[in-house]
Amino acid sequence: MKKLTRVFGIGVLALAGVFTIAADHIDAPSVQGGSSDITDFYAFQGANTDNMVFVANMQGLLSPESTGDAMFDESIMVEFNIDNNGDYIEDFVIRAVPKNGKMYVFGPMTPGQTGLSSTLYVKASENPLAVDITPYGNNAITASANGVSVFAGPRDDPFFMDFAQFTQIIGGNAKSFNNPGVDTFAGTNVMSIVVEVPKSMIGGTGTINTWVESKRKQ
Amino acid sequence: MMKNLINILGVILVTAILFGCENDDTMIMNDMVLLSGTYMQEDQMGRPAVNTVFVSSASKDMFNVTIPSEQGANYQSMFQTNLMALSPAYANEGDTNALGLDAATFTGVLATDVLNVSLDGPTTFYDGTNVLTGRNLTDDVITVELLLIFGGEDFSENPGLSDDHVDANDKPFSASFPYLASPW
Repeated sequence: MKKLTRVFGIGVLALAGVFTIAADHIDAPSVQGGSSDITDFYAFQGANTDNMVFVANMQGLLSPESTGDAMFDESIMVEFNIDNNGDYIEDFVIRAVPKNGKMYVFGPMTPGQTGLSSTLYVKASENPLAVDITPYGNNAITASANGVSVFAGPRDDPFFMDFAQFTQIIGGNAKSFNNPGVDTFAGTNVMSIVVEVPKSMIGGTGTINTWVESKRKQ
Repeated sequence: MMKNLINILGVILVTAILFGCENDDTMIMNDMVLLSGTYMQEDQMGRPAVNTVFVSSASKDMFNVTIPSEQGANYQSMFQTNLMALSPAYANEGDTNALGLDAATFTGVLATDVLNVSLDGPTTFYDGTNVLTGRNLTDDVITVELLLIFGGEDFSENPGLSDDHVDANDKPFSASFPYLASPW
């Protein structure tokens, strides 16, 4: 337990009371609490089992009172990366960028370049799927075309964990979790981007490796 | 650069002519053109809590801008050190978790921070049968990770640390798109 304290104690102290929070909420100094902070990532088979669903959540721990004012940052691209040949380099990307109340979703497509930098050169032929960002309090607004469906807006944070007790354990103030535990993320919201695509657009069969990135316009 | 600009302006002009300057379309096209540019990475994520738990404080920002194909070589050793500090049983000869992975092998998997997702069947972090075939909204990923860190070969070790006893979300999910629950 002492070792546990030592490993995590450093991180907790460095953040001066702002804890590093799982799953990826506030995970690192440069992005914590900012508009590019990814809180979570999900990839699962859709209700239509021919489809795959990707979820990126941003800006965690929004209270209901603050959710109405929460916005996607127009300088931030969220990029879903998909590797389908096992080299951990993206073969397909799905890019989502907000502008003037809409989320524009490009892809799945083969990226012109891979890695840390993404260049978006929007031509009329790109034909992204645009969806109105759902305002707080409204029913979910979705858009679909060519088998791809998109949603963007505030949602309940689907992540659950007794993070408060976890910090007690790593702080040396408790020796175990409680039973039952308390969900630290209960009653909080995130800004979500949900994209559902036909599996045929991302390789069709086999195993993919996938991850999500946030990238800032230069 | 100038050529791009001319191309972009040309596209707008052509669009305006083709679509007779219909206001909404023109506005959307203008907004789309404004999206053009170069975007540089700030954050990334594959599996839940990996950066939070296994990357040492001073390296967290760097981990977020290390491409996955280079993460294993750069971070496996740090992951193993931090795992063995967290869960000292891994230092015992032959010690593994319930997946049969010892400290080096387990952290070799984790250090490349991507989600492995099957396109051919059930997608779940762990459902008792399938392992690391995706991540469902309902998956209790933290307990799975705690079990793999603290639970030993058969999930029986360190019971007080291997389950946070929060097993489900505070709102039910939807069976249809967009699946996530409405905000509070």
